[in-house]
Amino acid sequence: MLNKLDDALSFHQTALRVRGQRQELIAANIANADTPNYKARDIDFKSAMQAAAADISKETFNTAKTSARHLDGMPSKGMSNGASGEPLFRPVIQGSVDGNTVDMDVERNQFVDNGIRYEASLTMINAQLKKMLAAIQGQ
Amino acid sequence: MSLFNVFNISGSAMSAQSQRLNTVASNLANADSATSANGTPYKAKQVVFSAIPTKSPDASGVKVQKVIEDSAPPKVVYDPKHPLADEKGYVTMPNVNVTEEMVNMISASRSYQNNVETMNAAKTMLLKTLTIGQQ
Repeated sequence: MLNKLDDALSFHQTALRVRGQRQELIAANIANADTPNYKARDIDFKSAMQAAAADISKETFNTAKTSARHLDGMPSKGMSNGASGEPLFRPVIQGSVDGNTVDMDVERNQFVDNGIRYEASLTMINAQLKKMLAAIQGQ
Repeated sequence: MSLFNVFNISGSAMSAQSQRLNTVASNLANADSATSANGTPYKAKQVVFSAIPTKSPDASGVKVQKVIEDSAPPKVVYDPKHPLADEKGYVTMPNVNVTEEMVNMISASRSYQNNVETMNAAKTMLLKTLTIGQQ
């Protein structure tokens, strides 16, 4: 029963994690806008999401067992907190003399876009929680 | 929690940019300092940024790796009345390029603002995350 509640939320939980990771990368790009030879990086959200979804089903939440009759831990979704997306280098549109490839317009655009989508996922989670509460209370 | 790391990254960039602004202020203030503690004209200083790893291996912060002295040649002006003028009447003045420093100042201040915005956005997102499940 609880597992089902967990499953319902796990998709957006994974999405939030990948979005958070991406936000961090873009923040690093913005921070290094003036660093010589810094190459802008980003993750491909689609493949990162697929990797994260494949990753979570394998992991098991292990508990210490003191008796042979104890049950094994269930495979738990969303337990993994490792980096799911492999960061790639952004293609250079207008290179600069110092070898820096950060394009501030692209980065700002992606930063806002990613932030909005993060908040969208939060809104979805909130809506799902409300839905579950309504179902539980049966009113 | 990767969003918290945004504070470290943007914070490191903000302190690096403010150090850059500091050298600009020093260069502009000393644009006419014909002598200094060691007797030579003031030399313009420039910062060199470098990326540093943070808690997350892929997202890097910034630090000022070193402060170098500008290699531009000093300005030589003709001013026979100046106490430091040589026998031909020339004074060696600092190699500070005021126009370049003004551009540097604007660039540093804009980069600083960008990082403040980044930090604010991350803060809003984290605060909104804290309200999950509240009615």
